[in-house]
Amino acid sequence: MTIPLSLTINGTRREIALDDPRVTLLDLLRERLHLTGSKKGCDRGQCGACTVLVDGRRINACLQLAASLDGAEVLTIEGLAEGDALHPVQAAFVEHDGFQCGFCTPGQIMSAVGLIREAQAGDDPERIREAMSGNLCRCGAYLGITEAVRDAQSRMNQGNAA
Amino acid sequence: MNRFDYVRAGSIAEAIAAASEPGAAYLAAGTNLLDLMKGGLTHPTRLVDVTRLPGLDRIERLPDGGVRVGALVRNADLAHDADFARAYPSVAEALLSGASAQLRNAATTAGNLLQRTRCPYFYDPASACNKREPGAGCEALGGETRGHAILGWSEHCIATHPSDFCVPLVALDAVVEIEGRAGRREVPLEAFHRLPGDTPERESVLEPGELVTAVRLPGEAAGFAAHSRYAKVRERTSYAFALVSVAAALRLDGGRIGEARIALGGVALKPWRAREAETALVGAAPDAAAFRRAADAALAGARPSGDNAFKIELARRLIVRALTLATAGTPERMPALPASVFAPASGDPLHA
Ligand SMILES: Cc1cc2nc3c(=O)[nH]c(=O)nc-3n(C[C@H](O)[C@H](O)[C@H](O)COP(=O)(O)OP(=O)(O)OC[C@H]3O[C@@H](n4cnc5c(N)ncnc54)[C@H](O)[C@@H]3O)c2cc1C
Ligand code: SF4
Ligand code: FES
Ligand code: FES
Repeated sequence: MTIPLSLTINGTRREIALDDPRVTLLDLLRERLHLTGSKKGCDRGQCGACTVLVDGRRINACLQLAASLDGAEVLTIEGLAEGDALHPVQAAFVEHDGFQCGFCTPGQIMSAVGLIREAQAGDDPERIREAMSGNLCRCGAYLGITEAVRDAQSRMNQGNAA
Repeated sequence: MNRFDYVRAGSIAEAIAAASEPGAAYLAAGTNLLDLMKGGLTHPTRLVDVTRLPGLDRIERLPDGGVRVGALVRNADLAHDADFARAYPSVAEALLSGASAQLRNAATTAGNLLQRTRCPYFYDPASACNKREPGAGCEALGGETRGHAILGWSEHCIATHPSDFCVPLVALDAVVEIEGRAGRREVPLEAFHRLPGDTPERESVLEPGELVTAVRLPGEAAGFAAHSRYAKVRERTSYAFALVSVAAALRLDGGRIGEARIALGGVALKPWRAREAETALVGAAPDAAAFRRAADAALAGARPSGDNAFKIELARRLIVRALTLATAGTPERMPALPASVFAPASGDPLHA
């Protein structure tokens, strides 16, 4: 039994015939669509490396069955930059040393994009850290990550006001 | 993970029919179910996806001033609903103290109620567990029991229920709305989860195929809004389950306590309502002596189930803490670290 799926991934509509209902969104992205930017750290919701946006909300792609997402819009790290122009969150991570090895970074950046859309944390570093707690960084780049999120958020908010 | 049939239900009747077959399970966001299936701990042969069921994703005001929260309302959406959080601030605080932003964006109301224990032996397929395999025995007994139950446990199972959301809900007299082949019924949340007894594999009162459609809070529960808090002790400040948690809500009449609500999480296989403690507070001045008397009453029946006697005193102290915070008043804005015991009562940031 195949499950027909229609997904918009990074702005492109994809028609997918899923031959196995067990496939998670993360495995669909990585193994079948070759979008390997989203990482598999724990595969159990415990690290945030697989964070992507589904219909504009950040979620853990490892705990989401692809089959249940028919019709959804998915945004991954591959869809963030516009050509060579980095997304403000990507640029801020580079500027503030928001990483060392980089393994957690796609998840951190997608989580930060989700956080800024949620607009709950404001500029308070304590609230930003709390709202980013679903993304672990084994390299401990948290200081830079928090600064990158604050900076990107304030630039994006200024951009909106202008 | 075993193979399964995937069924996307279009109506409640269709969902109930599909899920009444042996081996079937409902799939909401899957943040607990998929985790368990990946671990080979549960093996449903059919998943009935309920996420497209119409009408279950609403937060509705009721004529009595209460609220009905549809089974599919996401944990984050409920916590950030301004009207809901104003009326039931301890519920919002409990929700925001649980899991991570990503998980809360996905997790549903019903899924949160029905999430399963985090007992490490339950999670280890090589260990004997009466919940996974009735009659197999319980390997937690005599093992690593730091996090296990201190109330309501039996020799057959000493696990706890991990939900934060359920703790203030049970304190505030929430009611679970259920639909099944035999029609609709409702059950107070306090009677929804079962203590282990000699059938720890039966975790709630749900019969096969029964679907949770909503959770209701009575309007009267909003009367505690000015003095409602949730406090949670965990191994790290965020993204961790409760070792012990407390929901406390007070109605103050002049200088006295008119009415009190107290419930505990992380101490039993169900969210634990501490009615003796509530009674002990009525008419008392809200001071440390009264809070300690209430805490003693709440834990009077507690027994360690292993190396966890410390949780009894921890729970008492956390009750005093939560009542102290509730007396000081619900903060205007959600604390930066929801339910954290490290947050100063003054509301100043922990790290400058
Ligand atoms: C890393 C991690 C950390 C977490 N930390 C916390 C925490 O600190 N505090 C906390 O409270 N929780 C925590 N959680 C648990 C999380 O809250 C639950 O996984 C979530 O609430 C489950 O909701 P769901 O919609 O994903 O349910 P699902 O996984 O889809 O379902 C869970 C169960 O409910 C059943 N079910 C679902 N909907 C219905 C329905 N309508 N009627 C009948 N049965 C139904 C399913 O069959 C299944 O048995 C954590 C989870 C993870 C992975
Ligand atoms: S305490 Fe309960 S869940 Fe844990 S191993 Fe024993 S029977 Fe299983
Ligand atoms: S890979 Fe999804 S949370 Fe770790
Ligand atoms: S940069 Fe290495 S894990 Fe975060």
